[in-house]
Amino acid sequence: MLTVILILFPLALSLILLAIRQEKAIRQFALAGSLIEFGVAVAAFIQYKTSCHCNLLFSADWLATLGVSLRFGMDGISLLMVMLTTFLVPVIILSSFNHAYERPSAFYSLILLMEMALVGVFVAFDGLIFYIFWELALIPAYFICAVWGGNDRIRITFKFFIFTFVGSLFMLVALIYLYFRTPFPHSFDFQSLYSATLTPVEQAWIFAAFFLAFAIKIPIFPLHTWQPDTYTVAPAAGSMLLAGIMLKMGIYGMIRWMIPICHQAVQQFAPVVIILSITGIIYASVIAIRQSDMKRLVAYSSIAHVGLIAAGVFALTPWAMEGAVIQMVSHGINIVGLFIVIDLIEQRTGSRTIGELGGIALKAPRLAAVFMIILLGSIALPLTNGFTGEFLLLLGLFEYSKIFAAIAGVTIIFSAVYMLWMYQRTMLGKTSEATEKISDLSLAETVIFIPLVIMIFWIGIFPGLFLDIALPDVMQILNFIK
Amino acid sequence: MTLLITLIPLFPLLGFLVLGLGFRSVPKKLTSLIGPGTILLSFILSLIIFFNFRQFAGSPVQHLFSWLRIGPLDIPFAFLIDPLSLLMLLVVTGVGFLIHLYSVGYMKDDPGYNRFFAYMNLFVFFMLLLVLGANYLIMFIGWEGVGLCSYLLIGFWFKNQAFNNAAKKAFIMNRIGDLGFLLGMFLLFTTFDSLSFDRVFTLAKSMPVGNPVIVAITMLLFIGAIGKSAQIPLYTWLPDAMAGPTPVSALIHAATMVTAGVYMIARSNILYVLAPATMAVIGITGLATALFAASIAIFQNDIKKILAYSTISQLGYMFVGLSVGAFTGAMFHLTTHAFFKALLFLGAGSVIHALGGEQDIRNMGGLRTRLPKTYWTFLIGTIAIAGIPPLSGFFSKDEILLHLFGHSFPMWLLAVIGSLMTAFYMFRLLYLTFFRNFRGTEDQIHHLHESPPVMTTPLIILAALAALGGLLNIPEIFNGGSWLSVFLAPVFADAASLAAPPVTISPGAEWLLMAVTLTGVIVMVFWAWTRFVKRQPELLPDSAKRPFLVNLLSKKYYIDELYDHIIVKPILWLSRFFHEVVEIRFIDRFVNGVGNMVVWTGNTVRYIQTGNVGFYMFMMILGVILILFLNILI
Repeated sequence: MLTVILILFPLALSLILLAIRQEKAIRQFALAGSLIEFGVAVAAFIQYKTSCHCNLLFSADWLATLGVSLRFGMDGISLLMVMLTTFLVPVIILSSFNHAYERPSAFYSLILLMEMALVGVFVAFDGLIFYIFWELALIPAYFICAVWGGNDRIRITFKFFIFTFVGSLFMLVALIYLYFRTPFPHSFDFQSLYSATLTPVEQAWIFAAFFLAFAIKIPIFPLHTWQPDTYTVAPAAGSMLLAGIMLKMGIYGMIRWMIPICHQAVQQFAPVVIILSITGIIYASVIAIRQSDMKRLVAYSSIAHVGLIAAGVFALTPWAMEGAVIQMVSHGINIVGLFIVIDLIEQRTGSRTIGELGGIALKAPRLAAVFMIILLGSIALPLTNGFTGEFLLLLGLFEYSKIFAAIAGVTIIFSAVYMLWMYQRTMLGKTSEATEKISDLSLAETVIFIPLVIMIFWIGIFPGLFLDIALPDVMQILNFIK
Repeated sequence: MTLLITLIPLFPLLGFLVLGLGFRSVPKKLTSLIGPGTILLSFILSLIIFFNFRQFAGSPVQHLFSWLRIGPLDIPFAFLIDPLSLLMLLVVTGVGFLIHLYSVGYMKDDPGYNRFFAYMNLFVFFMLLLVLGANYLIMFIGWEGVGLCSYLLIGFWFKNQAFNNAAKKAFIMNRIGDLGFLLGMFLLFTTFDSLSFDRVFTLAKSMPVGNPVIVAITMLLFIGAIGKSAQIPLYTWLPDAMAGPTPVSALIHAATMVTAGVYMIARSNILYVLAPATMAVIGITGLATALFAASIAIFQNDIKKILAYSTISQLGYMFVGLSVGAFTGAMFHLTTHAFFKALLFLGAGSVIHALGGEQDIRNMGGLRTRLPKTYWTFLIGTIAIAGIPPLSGFFSKDEILLHLFGHSFPMWLLAVIGSLMTAFYMFRLLYLTFFRNFRGTEDQIHHLHESPPVMTTPLIILAALAALGGLLNIPEIFNGGSWLSVFLAPVFADAASLAAPPVTISPGAEWLLMAVTLTGVIVMVFWAWTRFVKRQPELLPDSAKRPFLVNLLSKKYYIDELYDHIIVKPILWLSRFFHEVVEIRFIDRFVNGVGNMVVWTGNTVRYIQTGNVGFYMFMMILGVILILFLNILI
């Protein structure tokens, strides 16, 4: 039942929000609602961990004749993704309080609608339902970027929309095709889709269709060109939703759907995907070195980081897969933290161009300290969350191929290069015209970062809780690979 | 006992948290207490453990909690207490405490006082993790952690972008090495299914010498050591690291962090003994670094840079020692070097402090009478590093040289040449700084002052250690008991049994070797004296025309410029190429092209929808015929 509440509650919130007029009330309602949602997720986590391991399943017939049913449930991997989503949404809402967005009720309502769709993607146990939520998530994302975004937002958001939408259509075709290959009676239930009988050629086609949908979302090189523009032009909250949570839909989809359904093709094409991912790591890292816009730099760094996750997924080893799951969580936390820092700087100075900043640490030491901690997480320093994930990813990749691991490992050097460069040019040195009067974090702003910083160290120092909960399901997914 | 061991790194961590979280509200007096106090507590605990060491013989590994556990991968947070880690513990906390104490005086007027001690405490915490870790991963946590603190402290005065560049360079060059370490760990893990020292070494013992996997592992780990311990080709960050406050240079870039590579190899001695190929590489790298850095040091004029190159060179000696299996010798030299190099850096700090920030020895001179305590302690440090008996450096260096002689005569000869250079540049530094007349400004003369007791006391204690440190391991030839060798023997026992027995050298030959080296050193000291004290020293400004070789050495062989041209610039070029050409002109244009093609197709195909029913029917029939036709065909 908790699973359904997790989907319906944000939907209800989002609808009620539209009726509220007063801006302050809207914010408080949105924040309180999202916190309750997080509470529900924690309750689900506790229930999963302690009493059952029953996947918190909910099932109801919907289009029974077509074999579509409202099946929702969570295994360890979904649970972590839901935790990540419900954890980040209140943080994102809180960080938006600094902005006086026009039509705030619509803005916060869309965020909550997005939360509902994202949770839906992660808990769907039915192929068609998964697809519906997958597409549903695109709509609020599109509007958030297109309405509240920056310069040139219409063109860029349109490109983003078309790009991901086209990918998704291929997935829909694949799902329908699969449906007809499932054992009789045909059904979109995931167990049934898993047992679809496919010839190798069919597998390859299904693989290609799924891959296109997921790889665009993540994005994997060379399907990434929508991403830097979109992250840059989106409003802060939009970038956070896209990079923090939405891209995980793609990785999650690979783990949940691609590997079990077309496992032979996955094995067959794994080297290709890994090579693409690693190319993306190096390519995006090298580009990030010279970016002058902080947001764009982080956008490219994200391509590099998720490239490693994708490579890890396709290494098809337990460590890499565990690393991928943990790193999805860590990446979400770190990139949201980075975008908040950038947003705060931009609001205070009116600029996020690296060349125009500098010396912020002199004026705002608390902001500088928080930035440093998040940066360390993102460059994978041991005892931070980034290290736990990347260590496992690289170890798993190493098991798959030593050369690939060595090349992908270069990311730990490059990430230090561009991140420290950005930090140096914005935080250190002498103050510039823009940063002369910058103020330090207020108490309320500090509060936003506390949960993020706690998670950075928690996952870094005691990752056991998170690793253990995902392990049985990771092993189960890998069981498909024989 | 587990509690006691846990407390050792915990105290500095607590110090960091208190100073770091409340960094502006902690009063300065309290900081002066917390900063050095936490390290003192750790030192006392280390001493307690040292004197009760026998209790640990049964269970050296102290398990704290499980860190990473996934199926067969189980890496606990565990500490290892054995003679090797104990020695390092004492050096790190002991010398660390003295340097913290000195910093109370040195950093007194700095606005970032609390931040400084917060970082320093954090550094000691990570250094202790590095030393205490019972597996490679815990060691790696410390390894990267000290790198972070090094970064933070080199760029401590972060208003200055040149300092920040130095800090960033240090971090990145270390990261290059760390990637090697990381890959080495992966290979270790996939080979032995474990990263814990006892398990890996037990399994490795039964493997044949020269096993290619072991060679690969040791090479990869050595890459990590090259970065951390500033060896060729990754040494260029260390001279730049002198941008940090001088106590940082003493603690991190001389006494402790940079020796981590030596410690790591000594710790992995069994693996390295099994990989003669790697040992040869270490020997060549170490020897080349020792000579190369020493030659650069001769023509430098910045007091801290000279000491930095000297550190690189001395680290090279330690690696040479390791490469011929002189593990005890290397650790012995590490210890005495920690004493005398920390002393020299702190002495240099005292000089810089007295001169209001001046670091160029061309603008010094005559400080002997003005800074007597600094002078006498600095003199002791100089004699010690030059290898003149009976000070500590003589014994530790001699042990390495002796092993080297047994191993290969040319290597011994080159090492001796290196130590002659060491004697020369160190006495050049001493003479130019403390002898003849003061060459600075009038203003500086008025402000010349000996440092306060809080700074001179650590100098005096370190001078005593630098003088007497040799007692740790007096060889048999002087009727000594070689205490350190006996103490460390259990750690290196397996390696000793695996390696070829060292060539025994007759006492006569041993005396002769010592005499040869010592004579050379004394000649160097006098030569330096004639050039820099007896005569007016020739001090050329940087702009002066110099002979080619001198110029080459003053410019540090143009290595930084070389790296800039062959690595940094190409990567920047590549970055622009990827972004402006590949990304925008190629990939994105292609993607947009696909989009445009769809639009074009739509525009074209829509003309088919004419609304003419007859045309539609025609097309339908055509379609049916086509399908039937295809059916027959297939």
